[in-house]
Amino acid sequence: MHLKSLALATAIGVLATGAMADTKVGMITTLSGGGAGLGLDVRDGFMLAINQSGRDDIEVVIEDDQRKPDIAVQLADKMIQSEKVDVLTGIIWSNLAMAVVPAATAQGKFYLSPNAGPSALAGQGCHPNYFNVAWQNDNLHEAAGAYANTAGLGNSFILAPNYPAGKDALTGYKRFFEGELAGEIYTELGQTDYAAEIAQIRASGADSVFFFLPGGMGISFLKQYADSGVDLPVVGPAFSFDQGILQAVGPAALGVVNTSQWNKDIDNPTNAAFVESFVAEYDRLPSLYASQGYDTAQLLISALEKADVSDQDAFRDALRAADFDSTRGEFAFGSNHHPVQTIYAREVIQEGDVFTNRIIGVALEDHADAYAADCKM
Amino acid sequence: MTRETALNTVLMALLLGVPLWAWVSDEPFTITLATRAVIFALAAVGLNIALGLGGLVSFGHAVYFGIGGYAMGILAFHAQTYTPLMEWPLAIPGTKLMPVIWLVAMAVSGLVALAIGLLSLRTSGVYFIMITLAFGQMFYFFSISWPAYGGEDGLSIYIRNSFPGLNTLDPIQFFGICFVILCLVLWLNVRIVNAPFGLALNAARQVPQRVETVGLDPFRIRLTALVISGMICGLAGALFADLNRFVSPTMFSWQMSGELIVFIILGGLGRVFGPVAGATIFVVLEHALGGVSDYFLFFFGLLLLGVVLFARGGLYGLALGRADR
Amino acid sequence: MTFILIAEQILNGIQFGVMLFLMAAGLTLIFGVMGLINLAHGSLYMVGAFAAAAVAGASGSFILAVIAAMAAAAMAGVIVELAVIRRLYARDHLEQVLATFALILVFSEGTRWVFGSFPLFLDIPDYLSGPVTLPAGIQYPLYRLALIIAGLLVAIGLGLFITRTRVGIQIRAGENDREMTAALGVDIAKLYTFVFALGAALAGLAGALVGAIQSVQIGMGEPVLILAFVVIVIGGIGSIKGALVGSLLVGLTDTLGGVFLPEFFKLFADADVATATGSALASMAIYVLMACILIWRPTGLYGART
Repeated sequence: MHLKSLALATAIGVLATGAMADTKVGMITTLSGGGAGLGLDVRDGFMLAINQSGRDDIEVVIEDDQRKPDIAVQLADKMIQSEKVDVLTGIIWSNLAMAVVPAATAQGKFYLSPNAGPSALAGQGCHPNYFNVAWQNDNLHEAAGAYANTAGLGNSFILAPNYPAGKDALTGYKRFFEGELAGEIYTELGQTDYAAEIAQIRASGADSVFFFLPGGMGISFLKQYADSGVDLPVVGPAFSFDQGILQAVGPAALGVVNTSQWNKDIDNPTNAAFVESFVAEYDRLPSLYASQGYDTAQLLISALEKADVSDQDAFRDALRAADFDSTRGEFAFGSNHHPVQTIYAREVIQEGDVFTNRIIGVALEDHADAYAADCKM
Repeated sequence: MTRETALNTVLMALLLGVPLWAWVSDEPFTITLATRAVIFALAAVGLNIALGLGGLVSFGHAVYFGIGGYAMGILAFHAQTYTPLMEWPLAIPGTKLMPVIWLVAMAVSGLVALAIGLLSLRTSGVYFIMITLAFGQMFYFFSISWPAYGGEDGLSIYIRNSFPGLNTLDPIQFFGICFVILCLVLWLNVRIVNAPFGLALNAARQVPQRVETVGLDPFRIRLTALVISGMICGLAGALFADLNRFVSPTMFSWQMSGELIVFIILGGLGRVFGPVAGATIFVVLEHALGGVSDYFLFFFGLLLLGVVLFARGGLYGLALGRADR
Repeated sequence: MTFILIAEQILNGIQFGVMLFLMAAGLTLIFGVMGLINLAHGSLYMVGAFAAAAVAGASGSFILAVIAAMAAAAMAGVIVELAVIRRLYARDHLEQVLATFALILVFSEGTRWVFGSFPLFLDIPDYLSGPVTLPAGIQYPLYRLALIIAGLLVAIGLGLFITRTRVGIQIRAGENDREMTAALGVDIAKLYTFVFALGAALAGLAGALVGAIQSVQIGMGEPVLILAFVVIVIGGIGSIKGALVGSLLVGLTDTLGGVFLPEFFKLFADADVATATGSALASMAIYVLMACILIWRPTGLYGART
């Protein structure tokens, strides 16, 4: 499957080199190692939209950053200096984005973020050429806090890994959550055993648990939590409940409420077509990350229809207008080029053999981020 | 000229010639790659003084590489935000001057090497490998969870630091700086090998008792080697951070320590220029294989295995036959 | 902080330690007998977990999955020993480190090639799921209790095997004097393959047992590998007893450090600062422990004095 899509991408690349007035897009994403699942989804979603557009004047160069910041920086140098791309995209992780984006935008390139949204790039470090098509990092956690309020939860135990995105997560949750905190723990990054934390949750007298533990950490936590006999309701951002890893969590995730700006059952024609064509093309259900990759490509195409990249100001205005049909329905950019969008509460369900999500309500309507005021541009 | 000297000359000529050619034909990325190779080579040459000459298999040299990186990151961060590094007992501002950063990087990594050496040189063999690994892990986890300088996100420095009289933003000029430093360190390394200290270190690796009988203390000789080695790695770390304009805890990771050892073995253990060859080949392969397959690490692993099993003495051993060591 | 919470945390520490022991026992045997540093031991753990997930997915039986994990890891061990490791015994540690480092790359990317980039599913069997109530009202997951018991049984079995059986005696003899053992007619090559396979099977067992409560994914072996090395270095390389003591020390230090250090800092600092500092120090705790023990006893707690 991977090879096929890669071959497709290469074929497009070859096709496009022959055409006139090319727009060259550099995609730096994670395609090998433990975090490869996210990068593959972003890439596949992105390429799906490019292929469907039928445009042969967009050339996409794809490179693997191995989730290493220094490799990502090196690839960005290569894309800018040697490939001479016009637009960069693809980075999954905040720390890699922080390493690449400021330098790229300072050199006059456009960067469209399909996943990471560190607060530094939303506030003081914002840039006219930087557009985030996913979310600011805090958003889904803020929505989780808001959902906890409406669900009548008043005493949360919260935990996240001890690294910047983990701290942003807990800050985001606390920004909207109005109840008490029964406890607050930072776990080790990459931790695999949560017995000690679960024991503390049991002893804390909380009425709910909020956690942000991306990737394998979340799988481990949920399996162990489900087996511990503690049955407090769990709330979290979509990252631990997404299509790619939900099958590995299994029944332990059933019924958990998580917050997301996208789900496959959002009712609009773009989304229905996206889900259908993604399944047809790649033989698996699309994930949150795939939808973000798809939307990123759609935004790019919509802007290219209005202006050429060489006319930077016109192209930037075209991007800012966000005049495309998003898989999430309504989509607009705030003053700092980060999304203003509705964030939903989803519940994990089982459809036949497959674990997936369905929307149960709106957590935050037309939500912007907390850093826009710090952004001067 | 022996065959090894000839090979050294070809290697250094290539390492200088390719970026110069790239400069003429306007391929700046090739220069960046060459700079990366030169900096990795510098770090590996540093490790080689402890490992090749002194027989100290340190599995934690990423500590010094990372300290160099963070020395650059922290100083430049304070300079770019106009905040003082410390206010008490005396006010010290940050700086964006490369020579100052290098001195700080070398001083701090030298001190840390001294401390780690004092503790870890009490052990030997596999215990030494593991205790150095443990120190590496301590620094790694500390840098990840300490929030002041970015934690896992690392620190971005938007503009490369400056060197008086040069434009460091120009890839070829920055390459020049790194290349000159590498040459200086290689020259120093040759001097060390032939100096009494180098001979004593070599003897302490092979027959420690004999060194003791002539009244030298092997512990102090090894400690000195470790400190010199750490200082060179620290300098390389500062340059590496400047190349990327970015520092992060991955510079402290045990994989980084492993890669430094890989450079040495790949090039050829016990040769002064071996690490240079190893680092260069590594960067070329990483670049060439990365484009070929999503699973390039698989093939890289096989290749590495082949070198260890069938090409003892590394690339130098292959090229020169199993020469005297 | 109640008594129940502390007791539960101690159980957690023991459970973690016992699982580490399964990894460390193989590692320390392989080092003790063959003098080999095997960085790829974590990959065998991963192989075990993936094999278990695949077999459990196909057959639905946890027991079968565990057996498959041990068989797959042992097989991978035998293949690797015959093809690669065998050539490394006479080499120095440096080359062993490098070759087995290369094996990690081959195993990780090879597994990703076969199983894809997404984590696999492996769950606790129904008859072991849920909590049980221990004396004094401690609620504890049955599966973790089973892990502790299984691990201790393996430890006892291994101890008896090494001290009481013929092969065990040969292994110990090989550890002490290789030439003499060979001269007495023991097929050293076969013995080495067997020891390597045994170590691999134990790693595979640990992978399967732990995989059921964690995420079965690429790279899951490396963190455990580093911890297992810490364990055998603390215990003294080559000593099974040292591996057991070291495992429990590391398990307890890691678990209790993570819980109590933040609490300790809360006594004299703000909650925010205390949590951050405490967590940062807790993640370093076992490495500090290891450094201290090595400085005190340069060949570990039960290592041979030189």
